[in-house]
Amino acid sequence: MAVDTTEAAAAAEAARQAMGGIGVSLARKEDARFIHGQGHYVDDVVLPGMLHMVIVRSPHAHARIKGIDSSAAMAIPGVVAVVTGELLAQHKLAWMPTLSGDTQAVLATDKVRFQGQEVACVIAETKYIAEDAAQLVSVDYEPLQAITTPQQAIAPGAIVIRDEKEGQTDNKIYHWEAGDKDATDAAFARAAKVVSLETFYPRCHPSPLETCGCVADLNPVTGNATIYMTSQAPHAHRTLFAIVAGLPEEKIRIISPDLGGGFGNKVPIYPGYVVATAASLLIGRPVKWIEDRTDNLISTGFARDYYMDGSVAIDENGKFIGLRVNLLSDNGAFFADAQPSKFKAGLFHIVTGSYDIPAAHIVANGAYTNKAPGGVAYRCSFRVTEASYFIERLVESAAVELGQDPVTTRLNNFIQPEAFPYKSASGFEYDSGNYPAAMKVALDMLGYDELRKEQAEKRAKGELMGIGVASFTEVVGAGKGKDYDIAGLRMFDSAELRVHPTGKAILKLGVMSQGQGHETTFAQIVAEELGIPASDVEVREGDTDNTPFGLGTYASRSTPVGGAATAVVARKLRDKGKIIAAHLFEADVADIEFAKGKYNVKGSPDNVKTIQDIAFAAYTNIPDGIEAGLEGVTYYDPPNMTFPFGTYLVVVDIDKGTGQVKVRRMVAVDDCGVRINPMIVEGQIHGGLTEGFGIAFMELITFDDEGNCIGSNFMDYLIPTAWETPRFELGQTVTPSPHHPIGAKGVGESATVGSPAAYVNAVIDALSHLGITNIDMPITSDKVWAALRSKGVTE
Amino acid sequence: MKVTFEINGTEKSVDVEPRTLVVDLIRTKLGMTGTHIGCDTSNCGACTVLLDGRPVKSCTLLAPMLDGKKVTTVEGLAAGGKLDAIQVGFHAEHGLQCGFCTPGMMLVGKALIEANPHPTEDEIRWGISGNICRCTGYMNIVKAIQHAAAANAAENTAGVA
Repeated sequence: MAVDTTEAAAAAEAARQAMGGIGVSLARKEDARFIHGQGHYVDDVVLPGMLHMVIVRSPHAHARIKGIDSSAAMAIPGVVAVVTGELLAQHKLAWMPTLSGDTQAVLATDKVRFQGQEVACVIAETKYIAEDAAQLVSVDYEPLQAITTPQQAIAPGAIVIRDEKEGQTDNKIYHWEAGDKDATDAAFARAAKVVSLETFYPRCHPSPLETCGCVADLNPVTGNATIYMTSQAPHAHRTLFAIVAGLPEEKIRIISPDLGGGFGNKVPIYPGYVVATAASLLIGRPVKWIEDRTDNLISTGFARDYYMDGSVAIDENGKFIGLRVNLLSDNGAFFADAQPSKFKAGLFHIVTGSYDIPAAHIVANGAYTNKAPGGVAYRCSFRVTEASYFIERLVESAAVELGQDPVTTRLNNFIQPEAFPYKSASGFEYDSGNYPAAMKVALDMLGYDELRKEQAEKRAKGELMGIGVASFTEVVGAGKGKDYDIAGLRMFDSAELRVHPTGKAILKLGVMSQGQGHETTFAQIVAEELGIPASDVEVREGDTDNTPFGLGTYASRSTPVGGAATAVVARKLRDKGKIIAAHLFEADVADIEFAKGKYNVKGSPDNVKTIQDIAFAAYTNIPDGIEAGLEGVTYYDPPNMTFPFGTYLVVVDIDKGTGQVKVRRMVAVDDCGVRINPMIVEGQIHGGLTEGFGIAFMELITFDDEGNCIGSNFMDYLIPTAWETPRFELGQTVTPSPHHPIGAKGVGESATVGSPAAYVNAVIDALSHLGITNIDMPITSDKVWAALRSKGVTE
Repeated sequence: MKVTFEINGTEKSVDVEPRTLVVDLIRTKLGMTGTHIGCDTSNCGACTVLLDGRPVKSCTLLAPMLDGKKVTTVEGLAAGGKLDAIQVGFHAEHGLQCGFCTPGMMLVGKALIEANPHPTEDEIRWGISGNICRCTGYMNIVKAIQHAAAANAAENTAGVA
């Protein structure tokens, strides 16, 4: 009998793998084209008669434009046009709206406001000719004083950067508050202890390996506008193109082919897209614009640049009772954050994190500077990264001041598992969580207690070793649409499922993969819900003519929203299948049962019709009064966000002589609810932990006093290679989301959100006994060396 | 000027401006778009091809430097409908996500295990440190190369037996 059981289990497992439903680490369907070199990215698009565009950029951070002379450029054979802001102004295209309700110069007309700003575009027969000619466009500048920090920007008497805006008399953009000031003041008034932290999350850049670009193909005869572009949100971009350029929306087709990474960099609309489109319309030929790496780093959406200053109020029992945070944000020359329109500091108010803090108050101010605009994600959901970093660093400071192990401080203050759904002081309703459980798994994996002993022994010998802890909570998966919109477009998402007569299916989505493996993961949801093997489900995205409207992929929303839409539409078809099955069985619909792709009449489990039989009947033998076909579409508006969480632990060793930090261990325990494809989830976490490592130790976009960008290429902006990157140890707990149809939460950004604080806390843990309480990222050897020397520590 | 070379086993003779970068020659002139451009400064390795079997960054070579040489690009990895072990490894171990670095990574990995059939993890990590991946965190790229090395070793053993 034991043998039979084993054989049955093996057969069941083989069937599960063949179906490829939820929980199977199915190898990716999309891999075949990539490993053959047949990935199709925007720069691979070649159209007949295609021209090439290169952007002339400002060398100054702040200067008045006195004149532009393009005659020498135009004299080069093969140059077709030089587009300036003046020309665009004649078509009312010199300025465009941003995703945050501000305006941004497409090509500068009056002033340049950051180094690298778009001033003119050269369009030529080849890219080489366009590059040659771009060097010959002569711009006469009158340099102005550059403002490179938000503190300078808001100081009285500062030169006004946005002097073209009516009513703008200073460099302030917004003032925004969340939470309850009075309740928070009261909490601080009765606190036994107040612990404060002032820290800066520096400017960094998503820098996907593929830069941004487009091929705009506007046909003056038909009026059709086909734009191949690096877009994480093709439908939203189509609508914005209709609004910005005044093109009829039904004539616009945005095609986002394979994307070579995104990480938020491909959410905004950049001037290059607009000029290439306008140029194609005016010239009547396709125009290709592809950024080089420097273009990408100096002009497209950067991330962070957030000054954070706050305190936690603690009662006599070591419980957190209040949290205050003041933010000052450097938004660059144009306020172009990509975030829900009602929230000027994104979802920063998730800053209470994993802790039960009954009162919180957040004050945020934004300022213009002479730096590139952005404030968009770098694998972060709307400022959640900054929030998570701040609270996890502040809790570390609190532990030091309380003289506690940082694990104890966290366990004392976690929101308890029975408290969910939990309403936070700043207005979120957390869907589910079990923070102590994830913490325990992480501590056991690391061997925490042993390492603390080792640390004590090393410290006695004068050696520096640290253990960093971070227990993050994220908020991802916007909408609901009523509360969350971008440029007015509500943040629902869509899935259209068509099951063909032979039982094979095609699934079309409003979200857009940038490497996350949607073609596999979303097919697995269909397999689970409808019993059509994942290998028989083709997934299509990124072509606005051929997919339903959706808001796209960023902020870890594909699985929470698009994944939910997929499950819901599959269930709709399953229900229609019951009607068809009843017809075939000559039974009542109420008596039809469905499981794993098979329909049967109650009580007759062995007489089944497969989903493939039903699909065939849907086109060949449909009951009277029922529409033919087995197709459906769903627009899913989530009832709430999802709240993934986890505990990350990092062990570092620090060389006192050089200040060099070596990451010895990195344990990451994530809870993202139900995992659809565990292999892909782990891949996402590996990537996020690496980007978090880069941000913590290497990556920095900074500026000198004149506003020159330091970090304009991969020799200065340091990206982790395989050599520096730590080896990660992953663990998991599973706490399903109660409101998501399959219990899943977003995960793509968890590791970038959670890990920077874990890395930094490890460094501070190694140094706090010396009185070193903060080092701002990136933690390079020279900063550690200087901190050690400031405390009199030498070799 | 005329440049003559062999690419993926086929001889080509092309007329190019001497300043043409090899990556542009391959992508634009030959229409083989599997070789990518990621940084323009030889830091990222997305443009890696094999030149006489050695990995080189094709954004940093001029077309005339190809004369008389043999070039292998990602399009030349599979032979006779059979995937190279490195391609199998990348698929089996989830060694790619967006796929943009993948052609360069596979070519570097292939050259690495040809020179050193049994590399340690450190040797692999050092060997691919001229190539940047933004998606995978390298964990599964290392496994993919180990997978290919193991498959090659098994095949060699089978050949001996």
